[in-house]
Amino acid sequence: MGFSGFQVIKEALLGQKGWAPMWRDPEPKAEYDIVIIGGGGHGLATAFYLAKEHGLTNIAVLEKGYLGGGNVGRNTTIVRANYMLPGNSEFYSHSLKLWEGMEQELNYNVMHSQRGLINLFHSDGQRDAFVRRGNAMINQGDDAVLLDTDSVRDLLPYLDFENVRFPIYGGLLHPRGGTARHDAVAWGYARGADQRGVDLIQNCEVTSIDVTAGRVTGVQTTRGAIRAKKVAMVTAGRSGRVAAMAGIRLPIESHILQAFVTEGLKPCIDHVISFGMGHFYISQSDKGGLVFGGDLDFYASYAARGNLPMKEHVMEAAMTLMPMIGKARVLRSWGGIMDMTPDGSPIIDKTGIEGLYLDCGWCYGGFKAVPGSGFSFAHLIATDRHHEPAAKFRLDRFKTGVGLMDEESTGSQHNLH
Amino acid sequence: MRISCPYCGERDRREFYYLGDAVYLDRPDRDAGAVAWDDYLHNRDNPAGITTDLWQHTPCGAWVKVTRDTTTHAISATAPVRDMS
Repeated sequence: MGFSGFQVIKEALLGQKGWAPMWRDPEPKAEYDIVIIGGGGHGLATAFYLAKEHGLTNIAVLEKGYLGGGNVGRNTTIVRANYMLPGNSEFYSHSLKLWEGMEQELNYNVMHSQRGLINLFHSDGQRDAFVRRGNAMINQGDDAVLLDTDSVRDLLPYLDFENVRFPIYGGLLHPRGGTARHDAVAWGYARGADQRGVDLIQNCEVTSIDVTAGRVTGVQTTRGAIRAKKVAMVTAGRSGRVAAMAGIRLPIESHILQAFVTEGLKPCIDHVISFGMGHFYISQSDKGGLVFGGDLDFYASYAARGNLPMKEHVMEAAMTLMPMIGKARVLRSWGGIMDMTPDGSPIIDKTGIEGLYLDCGWCYGGFKAVPGSGFSFAHLIATDRHHEPAAKFRLDRFKTGVGLMDEESTGSQHNLH
Repeated sequence: MRISCPYCGERDRREFYYLGDAVYLDRPDRDAGAVAWDDYLHNRDNPAGITTDLWQHTPCGAWVKVTRDTTTHAISATAPVRDMS
């Protein structure tokens, strides 16, 4: 069923009795051409683009919980293309273009809102760094506008501009940056993949990966064995555990990232804002909650909950930047499991095992990459060739040292990103 | 989270710097080759469960090997690294 204004009016007049479930709930078949492990945003987008761009539909997506129940259902929903380094720059630029056509492509309202993203700076040195980044964004064909203090004040009058320790010198505005409804992105890709014949199989945990003579032959699951010619691993924070089933050790350490939501408020923050002198960024959801987050807790964890020191840091940074936030009450917080690579950039590559593919290492920035990752990973699985915008996301860059993408310039080491 | 320093006793997590997996104690020979160095520097078991990793208690400077559960944050043992070489 297609969604349209006409459909909404028709159903309103007919008592809302015509709506059908958005996807089937099929039993797993004994064999597929391609099995995708992980029914999150990236896995569902991969299935969608395999079907749409490559005409491959004999595909199963295996999800151990429910669709979109992992990081795509718990994140701060920011969509942007403000990267600087070759490799990242062209990838996120491509991904943002896919975002801009997503709602039409999926016939699904993902509430993509290009409200503009503003990275604040607080010193001459930071201004220079953002000028450089802005030029890199423009060279990539994306948009960036350097704002002085008065221009920032016009847009964000509620910030503490005269803060003695951290005065605001200006900001880098990325007008096409913004937010989207995170769950809807997963649901939209799920519906699109299902409509094209992909089997979305929930409550189906992969327990081992079958490899014979260096070639993948299928997977064992809690719902029985499934043979497959190709297997794709897209499991974010669980990537290390899934790859271990195939005997692979990854350059991944799983860390906690915390985020917070306040009670619903009247509209007050119109943009996405990041503080330059402490790890804090914020936007307001369409429900009214202020959604904000900080940095990693910086130690390996699967506990899905964080600690007080980072909570305190985020709240202090928030109060420093926008004292008005002290009136809001925090409704909830959560800790997501992030698949951290040493250089902070992702991996979309083949493995040493024939027919086994890997998409992981999205660190704390996987949401905006959902369409680009799905598109490029589908290209790799279907053609066995790297898709140009993602061609630098190689697994072996750590071993060779060639092609590292250390966007923060802190070094290629696990505890630094 | 609180971690027990072998010299100073139980202290707040804020006093500790996290380096990473205790694999860092098994440094390969300098001629061990790219695969061994890649395993040492980058590749990780990344267990969901019991792990051992290295933390430095910054006030006293001691390096501590911590055995803990990554799914619960419960710490079962700590030991000074200096006794392990």
